[in-house]
Amino acid sequence: MKTAARIYTFLIFLFLYAPIVVLIIFSFNSSSVGSRSVFTGFSLRWYNQLFQDSMLLAALRNTLIIAVVAAAVSTVLGTAAALGITRMNKWLRRVVMDVTNFPMVNPDIVTGVSLMLLFVAGNKLIGGSTLGMTSLIFAHITFCLPYVILSVMPKLRQMDPNLAEAAQDLGCTPRAAFFKVVLPEIMPGIMTGLIMAFTLSIDDFVVSYFTSGTTQTLPIFIYSMTRKRVSPEINALSTCLFGIIIVLLLIINVRTAKDKKSDEAPAKEV
Amino acid sequence: MPFPKAERRHSALKLKSVSLPYLVWMIIFIIVPTALVVIFAFTDKNGNFTLQNIQAVGQYSNVFLRSIWLGAIATIICLLLGYPLAYIISKTNVRRQSVLIMLVMLPMWMNFLLRTYAWMTLLEDSGIINRVLNFFGLPSIHMINTRGAVVLGMVYNYIPYMILPLYSVLTKIDKRVIEAAQDLGANRRKVFLRVTLPLSMPGVISGVTMVFVPAVSTFIISKMLGGGSNLLIGDLIDMQFLGSAYNPNLGSAISLVLMVLILICMGIMNQFDENGATEGGVLV
Repeated sequence: MKTAARIYTFLIFLFLYAPIVVLIIFSFNSSSVGSRSVFTGFSLRWYNQLFQDSMLLAALRNTLIIAVVAAAVSTVLGTAAALGITRMNKWLRRVVMDVTNFPMVNPDIVTGVSLMLLFVAGNKLIGGSTLGMTSLIFAHITFCLPYVILSVMPKLRQMDPNLAEAAQDLGCTPRAAFFKVVLPEIMPGIMTGLIMAFTLSIDDFVVSYFTSGTTQTLPIFIYSMTRKRVSPEINALSTCLFGIIIVLLLIINVRTAKDKKSDEAPAKEV
Repeated sequence: MPFPKAERRHSALKLKSVSLPYLVWMIIFIIVPTALVVIFAFTDKNGNFTLQNIQAVGQYSNVFLRSIWLGAIATIICLLLGYPLAYIISKTNVRRQSVLIMLVMLPMWMNFLLRTYAWMTLLEDSGIINRVLNFFGLPSIHMINTRGAVVLGMVYNYIPYMILPLYSVLTKIDKRVIEAAQDLGANRRKVFLRVTLPLSMPGVISGVTMVFVPAVSTFIISKMLGGGSNLLIGDLIDMQFLGSAYNPNLGSAISLVLMVLILICMGIMNQFDENGATEGGVLV
């Protein structure tokens, strides 16, 4: 890299990381509320408070439950959908893919609002549960599904269509051919979809905001915190999350590096 | 192989039906909600047909214009800042490339509310940037609660969505094409303008759409950094559904107009993408 390019890259990364560095530094600030830009000394008090905040822990639990359920269901549904869609005729496939792409193109806020209308209307029709955990899970599955489908489809297209038939010619039942041949072949796509669905769900604020009712997820909790009294707890929380993310990414990276060594797999785009 | 044909068709039929649960899901959770937005937009509180909501959207044309204007500025800044970086990254060696791209994506894994909140700390009148300025004997600048702060928030939050598609297109450009241009006597400037730039257009288009759509429809960035005085479409919708101005019918009408607007923009953008190279190219 030339000097100019280095300086440019540095400046952009400075822009990207400045707020994160600020958050991390102020999470160790000993000063109390009201001085979020004066550093008075090192302390861990906000971390202590963080882990005693029962509302926050409840929000964290909700977020994880929703993300696990949404990722699991959307991966299974999405993989099955991708299998079916590749076998459809051209016309039908186009229609289905256009509808599938719609939530990705549509602004988040419109998706959130439209699902809110659905849940409220459904509530009037069928009765029973109002907005809450159930509606959150349904909403999250809905916006995760397109990402799963779109990461499984390319793997199916890359796969030799004769493979499954060859397995059946060799005496496999269609079921065995699927589980022993097709599934391992498209597994990287499924895993990418699963990870994507999980991270999307954990991070979602806009759709959750409209479909949560009074149930709190972590992003909603953070939002309410930034609106009311601003507590440095939030800095401690974000530092913890950032630490967890870095560790997770390192693990994933080491694993994919190993994979790449063992076979020349095409690079994953996540 | 003549014989397995019937059998194959049979299994194809079976395979198609595995997508049935998804198709049902799609109808209930994509088509019906969208239809509900349309129905709400064209009805009043009692469920009677009316065009009043759509007409009322006209009152907010200044909000729409402001949102589109700020979103467009943010998109252009993202493109101008992101293209050189994507280009620089695509030119470095492969090992370094993956590290740099990782560094571009890393902030995205941190909740955007937290990152935007951190900008408040930086931009405040008594914030860190002003403290640094004062330290060097420079006067303070008022930054928070201005339009500039909103645009900054948009650029900050969405620039990775510009860099990533640009990078993936730039790395895929066949090096031999560039070498051929050089052999034919093109200088570096010409190679870039006549070869690299045109070939990277699909990346530019998907980058622009991936930044513009969320930027126009955001409702948190303007609230946190714009101080409520720079109302955007997203804030307007929020107010009609969960805020003080409760009116889901008007909210639906605004959402519908926003949705149509964005679909038109996407349609126009796709027109520029002649060979449809971006089809299915999702980058997250």
